[in-house]
Amino acid sequence: MTFDVARVRADFPIFEREVNGHPLVYLDSANTSQKPRRVLDAMRVHHERHNGNVSRSVHTLGTEATTAYEEARAKIAAFVNAGTPDEIVFTKNSTEALNLIAHSAGQMLALKPGDEIVISEMEHHSNIVPWQLLCERTGATLRWFGITDDGRLDLSDLPGLVNERTRLVSVVHMSNTLGTINDVSGIVARAREVGALVALDCSQSVPHLPVDVRGLGVDFIAFTGHKMLGPTGIGVLWGRFELLAKMPPFLGGGSMIETVTMGGTTYAAPPARFEAGTPPIAEAIGLGAAVDYLNELGMAEIHQHEQDITAYALKTLSDVPGVRVFGPATPEGRGGTLSFAVDGVHPHDVGQVLDALGVEVRVGHHCAKPTCARFGVPAMTRASFYIYTTTDEIDALARGLDEVRKVFG
Amino acid sequence: MMLDALYQEIILDHYKHPHGRGLRDPYDGEAHHVNPTCGDEITVRVPADFSDISYDGLGCSISQASASVMHELLVGKTAGEIAVVHEAFVALMQGRGQVEPDEDVLQDAIAFAGVAKFPARVKCALLPWMALKDAAARAGVDVSAEQVPEGTGGAR
Repeated sequence: MTFDVARVRADFPIFEREVNGHPLVYLDSANTSQKPRRVLDAMRVHHERHNGNVSRSVHTLGTEATTAYEEARAKIAAFVNAGTPDEIVFTKNSTEALNLIAHSAGQMLALKPGDEIVISEMEHHSNIVPWQLLCERTGATLRWFGITDDGRLDLSDLPGLVNERTRLVSVVHMSNTLGTINDVSGIVARAREVGALVALDCSQSVPHLPVDVRGLGVDFIAFTGHKMLGPTGIGVLWGRFELLAKMPPFLGGGSMIETVTMGGTTYAAPPARFEAGTPPIAEAIGLGAAVDYLNELGMAEIHQHEQDITAYALKTLSDVPGVRVFGPATPEGRGGTLSFAVDGVHPHDVGQVLDALGVEVRVGHHCAKPTCARFGVPAMTRASFYIYTTTDEIDALARGLDEVRKVFG
Repeated sequence: MMLDALYQEIILDHYKHPHGRGLRDPYDGEAHHVNPTCGDEITVRVPADFSDISYDGLGCSISQASASVMHELLVGKTAGEIAVVHEAFVALMQGRGQVEPDEDVLQDAIAFAGVAKFPARVKCALLPWMALKDAAARAGVDVSAEQVPEGTGGAR
């Protein structure tokens, strides 16, 4: 069965609008995805019919809200093949999930000078800065994998980088700039040999391909709702339950306690331990609806559609004079996120001209300055694809790039 | 096309053929500014008498052309004169397209009037001017708006 893009697009109200007098060509899903009517309706119905606070009310509305919130957790657990819904911690985004790991797992590990944390040059700032902060607090040393010229993780010194001093490795599953999908099996195997934990930033992978946390064999993953058809304000930390159960809380407050006296507090079991305060309830329910929608399309089918679009885009962009693509040059081992340079034109100007034609791309450093620096540029232009992206839209991008060269030629 | 308001010929000319680009000696103050959202960078150097304004940077057409126009407009002027132009330019950029620019004060810089209608690009245009203000301060010279005496022009 072929993937019916036209039918998918009909589920997204935003495609009815124009931008600057042109049909909307949305090529910025790695930044944030658009939302299908199903997700918008689920959130609206929750607010209109079932609104109550969760996990603390005996009344009907509170019970309905709690049921819907916990159902969303179970859907998300199944979506990534977690062992139990209790392994799913709702956060506000990937950034908070990664900070939670750095803070609570970092404290559990009792890091000290001489210990090492390993990340990579390919990371989003959200998988760099929390580890820099952790190393500043504890005196541990931060080390990192480099990037090869063709945009892959440089694992040539894996045994040297991940060694008996390494306590935790945190790397990206799919790069938000280069589109590279990292095969982390070698890193996981080496980490196991030396007894280090492994965290994976899955912000760009969970929305686009089947992710099986138990198959990956890692300890933690982080991802965010708004890049996978869900709303903003809801993210996910998955962690192996026995680890979560040993970790101290991140934020303190309501809902995360077992009992509180003026003399001290004991903490709830995971996931409640890590969900202090009223959570983003409608957002979690919206994310649950997004997962239903993705499951109906099928993650394997979605990935195949994006592979087809990516192959088409790589071919199309290679025919545009003066365009240089960063990262893997073929669709193998890469996703539908494509960053490039237009010879002699700054990405800001590329993005501005494209926007005038209704083509929405991201420009700048993509919160991954070290990756940009690795390729010797301060900024890149990025087109990123999703379930609703068509080959016509790739053609519109190519026409837009011709216009860019006309304005700045 | 809407783009014409942004990419005026004057701006594209300054971008393709920048005036006064490159860092030079002697200087008394230097400032390096970055735009954290896009990664654009500029370094500006000035001697205390503003006999030169030298700069180098990486950035889009708007930030680079703005530096070039700034150089052309302000080299050799007094601190007081620079303060007047500086204030007028900042007011134009922050005016959301509602400020009528004074061509006598701003000369080529009036080409940036269209930039004010693109909120995402205002910071690009202001980047060199803010670096200049800091470089001047480090040279011991104040070119901020407080130095502009009443009735000498500037923003309206």
